[in-house]
Amino acid sequence: MTAYIIRRLLLAIFCLFMITLIIFFAMRLLPGDPIIIYIGQSTQLSTLSEEGVQKLREEFGLDKPILAQYLKWVSGVVRFDFGRSIFYHMPVSTLLRERYPVTLNLGLEAFIISTVLGIGAGALAAVKRGKLADRIVTPLSYVGITIPVFWLGVMMIYVLGLQFRWLPIIGYTSPFDDFWMSTKQAIMPVICLSVGALAGIARQARSSMLEVVRQDYIRTAWSKGLSERVVIIKHALKNSLIPVVTVLGLQLGFIFGGSVIVETVFSVPGIGSLMVTSIFAQDYSVVQSCTLVFAVVVVVANLIVDITYGWLDPRIQYA
Amino acid sequence: MAADVTTNASFSESPAKVSEWRRFVRVFFQRRIVIFGFVVLIILVLTAIFANQLAPYDPYKQNLKIILQPPSGQHLLGTDPIGRDTLSRLIFGTRTALLVGFVSVSIASVLGVTLGILAGYFRGITNVLIMRFTDILMPFPMIVLALLLAAVLGGGIQNVIIALGIATIPGYIRIMCGMTLSIKENDYILAARSMGASHVRMMWRHILPNAIAPIIVVVTLQLGFLILAEAGLSFLGVGIRPPGAAWGAMVNEGYRYLVRQPILSVAPGAAIMLVVFAFNIVGDALRDALDPRLRGTL
Repeated sequence: MTAYIIRRLLLAIFCLFMITLIIFFAMRLLPGDPIIIYIGQSTQLSTLSEEGVQKLREEFGLDKPILAQYLKWVSGVVRFDFGRSIFYHMPVSTLLRERYPVTLNLGLEAFIISTVLGIGAGALAAVKRGKLADRIVTPLSYVGITIPVFWLGVMMIYVLGLQFRWLPIIGYTSPFDDFWMSTKQAIMPVICLSVGALAGIARQARSSMLEVVRQDYIRTAWSKGLSERVVIIKHALKNSLIPVVTVLGLQLGFIFGGSVIVETVFSVPGIGSLMVTSIFAQDYSVVQSCTLVFAVVVVVANLIVDITYGWLDPRIQYA
Repeated sequence: MAADVTTNASFSESPAKVSEWRRFVRVFFQRRIVIFGFVVLIILVLTAIFANQLAPYDPYKQNLKIILQPPSGQHLLGTDPIGRDTLSRLIFGTRTALLVGFVSVSIASVLGVTLGILAGYFRGITNVLIMRFTDILMPFPMIVLALLLAAVLGGGIQNVIIALGIATIPGYIRIMCGMTLSIKENDYILAARSMGASHVRMMWRHILPNAIAPIIVVVTLQLGFLILAEAGLSFLGVGIRPPGAAWGAMVNEGYRYLVRQPILSVAPGAAIMLVVFAFNIVGDALRDALDPRLRGTL
């Protein structure tokens, strides 16, 4: 098992290395000279001379060869130094430190909700196949995977926020500052973030559970006279979880990816909305750092999934 | 449902011979909702083709005298903040959505399937290179990768198609590589090889036809997903550029006038949902109908 974990860990590190390459060189293809944009954004610099521009270019390290720029960036990244934001005029690491707890908080809430509810609803629909519960869960899961999250957000803002005035329509408050306000503000974004993953997990859980309840050992469990609770929960549910765990990693990536849209809709100051505004501001270092953060989350999530998988299913060989 | 049929069939010694096509149609339309999804898709494709004839007004023509009009006999869905007819824009949006969906799915599936077959067929260094490429693209959440690419390329319909195409390639490679590996184990592959079939012939005539059914299913399901992703990009403003008619961008434009004229956001969102729903329903029905375990059964 240890060797298996180490192998997965090395693979993850290799992945992260390649990701830094892709992100860095993709960003260098962006149209527009960052220095010219920087000058355009600040009023006292707009009358800068040619030498002044050159000096700024040197200050940001943009005059060096591209490989040197990459190495400088990566060696910074491993020390949590992501460079400076041209738009926000502060270190990117400061920006990220402010923003990532927000995305992480909403994302993890959405992940927990969609996992628990998704597995529960899916298993229930499978056990009560064709009955009322199934007839509610299955169509709803279709709605969940087809609804555009930004539209769901806009509709909720319209109905819950503007018509009934039940919930605040934008913003974010840390639960440590004002728990009640934070919860109220989080309800709509968390629903938007979780709806797709919830539906996906429910569908996977349902079909996997349907597969398991047909197995011989379930029939054996029934014929031994075990109670329904024991058969369903101990024998069926636990075994049906294995394929569900594989989609959890994907769904986590899906949730965090969704934060790009959801945070923009609800003006939540997280990594997702930061990435979108930075794209429009052509703020290189921030966009590449945000992308990196998203990729790291997914790589780590998949690493955890791989390890959980090995632990859940003893048949898997670690070779 | 599918599983029950298999179990029953395995009891009879020789399953009754039925027309493959009739069985396909029967399983495909088994659920009534599929008929709905299928009809919706046909209507949408026709709408996209005949958008010029169907749209009551020019979707790009601004008329500042009739801004933000409520739905009426003249403008069935009202007008937007610069006086364009919402229904006409919705109709032309169908064209954008389907165009982006079909073209990007074609790019992704052709490239992905080709790379996947090569990786599975040749193993060795080819496999390592191709699979590492997918490993690198996989960790990016799809929407983040598409956003990054669209930003790099600079938006516009062509670049959105490229961005979505690239972002969805890895899935096809994974599936196709796995299927190629398992198909290669069959005796008929060994037979073809021993008769001297070339590598290209092996891949094109023997492996691809045996893997095409699952790929068709993935393509159909992906179409809905791509349309959703395009709408998301357009909503964020990095997708289809104004004045192009895109549903996602229309939801965003209507967002600011939500209280005054909710229909501006409601209508395009409902359209997106309808399309994606239809593709998902049809995709699932295709999966059941193409399931090889059901072949030759009633």
